[in-house]
Amino acid sequence: MTLPVTQVSPPAAAPDTSVPVADPAVETRGLSKRFGSRLAVDGLHMVVPRGAVYGFLGPNGSGKTTTIRMLLGLVEPTSGTRSLLGHAIPREASRALPQVGALVEGPAFHPYLSGRSNLARLDAADLWSDPRTARTRIDAALDRVGLLATAGKRYRAYSLGMRQRLAIAASLLTPRELLVLDEPTNGLDPQGTREVRHLVASLAEDGATVLISSHLLSEVEQICSHLGIMSDGRLVAQGTVSELRGAGVTTVGVTTSQPSDAASVLGRLGVTDVEVVGDEVRGHPGPVAPETIVAALVHADVPVRGFAVTTPSLEDLFVGLTGEGFDVSG
Amino acid sequence: MSVAETTTVPEPSSAASRKRLVSTRLLRSEVRLIGGRRRNQMGLLVLAAVPIVLAISVRLSSNSSGGGPDFLDSVTSNGLFVPLAALTVEMGIFLPLAISMLAGDAVAGEANLGTLRYLLTVPVSRTRLLAVKFASLCIGALWGVATVALAGAIIGIALFGTGPLTTLSGSQLDFGAALGRVLLVVVYLSACIAALGAVGLFISTLTEQPIAATIALMIFTILSWILDAVPQLEWLHPWLIVHEWLSFSDLLRDPPFWDNVLRGLGVDAAYAAVFWLLAWARFSGKDVTS
Repeated sequence: MTLPVTQVSPPAAAPDTSVPVADPAVETRGLSKRFGSRLAVDGLHMVVPRGAVYGFLGPNGSGKTTTIRMLLGLVEPTSGTRSLLGHAIPREASRALPQVGALVEGPAFHPYLSGRSNLARLDAADLWSDPRTARTRIDAALDRVGLLATAGKRYRAYSLGMRQRLAIAASLLTPRELLVLDEPTNGLDPQGTREVRHLVASLAEDGATVLISSHLLSEVEQICSHLGIMSDGRLVAQGTVSELRGAGVTTVGVTTSQPSDAASVLGRLGVTDVEVVGDEVRGHPGPVAPETIVAALVHADVPVRGFAVTTPSLEDLFVGLTGEGFDVSG
Repeated sequence: MSVAETTTVPEPSSAASRKRLVSTRLLRSEVRLIGGRRRNQMGLLVLAAVPIVLAISVRLSSNSSGGGPDFLDSVTSNGLFVPLAALTVEMGIFLPLAISMLAGDAVAGEANLGTLRYLLTVPVSRTRLLAVKFASLCIGALWGVATVALAGAIIGIALFGTGPLTTLSGSQLDFGAALGRVLLVVVYLSACIAALGAVGLFISTLTEQPIAATIALMIFTILSWILDAVPQLEWLHPWLIVHEWLSFSDLLRDPPFWDNVLRGLGVDAAYAAVFWLLAWARFSGKDVTS
């Protein structure tokens, strides 16, 4: 199934042009990164509006993590610019990053320190955090991810799910305007995934902008207001969820014992790409309302056994854009 | 690193958060990290074991003449010779190895664990991180040297007492003055090891494998000792980091002979400055992909 979709990879097409976002939380212009001969990220124009929950999707190896590293100033782009909360990175990173909580490429902590000590170390490194409230803030962050009871255990004894939660807790040590969460549900069981989704939703309700990356659409679809889809280093689609959903083309299908009659009725109405498969007639109605089609069929005495209107799911869109299967783009 | 009290200034850009201009929290966290690590505690035990083994074996052997390290012959006359003999022995390999392990952990270790990316996104500026890491290595150097001296002094005094100390010039120092000289030696050798730590910090920014950084710094140290022992390379000797390390014995003359020690401190300062700047040049623009 091929799907015509909103392509944004050539600079500033489709949804970008609709409404220019004022003061976005994240903005990149022509962001590219070359590692040796490989172009890991290619001319990214990414816009995350304030208050959005932006699902950053793409298969493993499509350049999501490199993009996130560039956003946070860990990796210097080969070309292009990026800004967080209106501050250019890396020049004004010290103004932007204190308001940004980040989880980058999985959790990483000192194995022989406890969960709490690891958070205390990160808090100690923060010139913007108040040492007098450190204890309370650390406990609150641990509580929020459900780790308070095991906070005293050494990190090495944590399961992958607990490690992931600790990394999320680390991004919540101080109030944040922007959360950048790279694959936060990696390694979590379905229960844990659901909890992370609830957590992200509640953070967004508190007013934070969230950029959440995943290679699984199903994990983030329900909580996202916006989506950006990466494939092979390029941002192949970006927009609000409804914009992207609308980008898929609606199909009508008529099941009938007289498919050729039905096909000619559909053709007269202006339905395009009409095709007959067995006893089913399919086509793209475009602006033609489905009820008009049904009325016309009945009027033409075509016996209708079944009538279906299908819009492709986001999953179809995602798979159509990024390809299916286990190939890691490299 | 200045240890100034923390001061807070209001940051106009963001409502609630205030930025501290100077804070010792990260440095204290570093020191806790170094001191809390089991491997480092074991290392300190090994460092402390050397003077103890040395003192006990001298005590047990009635015949203490022969080609032992400097000071060893004098050990029986005053307990404070034990730390000095132990430091002479340990400056060769053990203390450089100790700082090599800490330096390997400093940047390469954090990169290896992945904690480096989280420190940088806190954010900790790269310059500040290198400054704090070097400060913690200086503390680590003092910690190691002082451990050897303290363990040596305790076992030495216990076994050989606190008699007057005969200086290398032949005069006698009372116990208090002798203790002062030992403290001077500790400070001097800590500076020597800290300068080596700066070299290690630079190497640590080149790799993500802490062991590789540790081994590289040990190779650097051993190579320096070898070059220092080749007479044909005499022109090079004054510039080798290890060349004046054993000049600490000059501090046990009466009065102390300062020339070599001050030259040694100058070389140490130059190594520290050059290699810290190299580390900064390497690290400040590096892509952190670990």
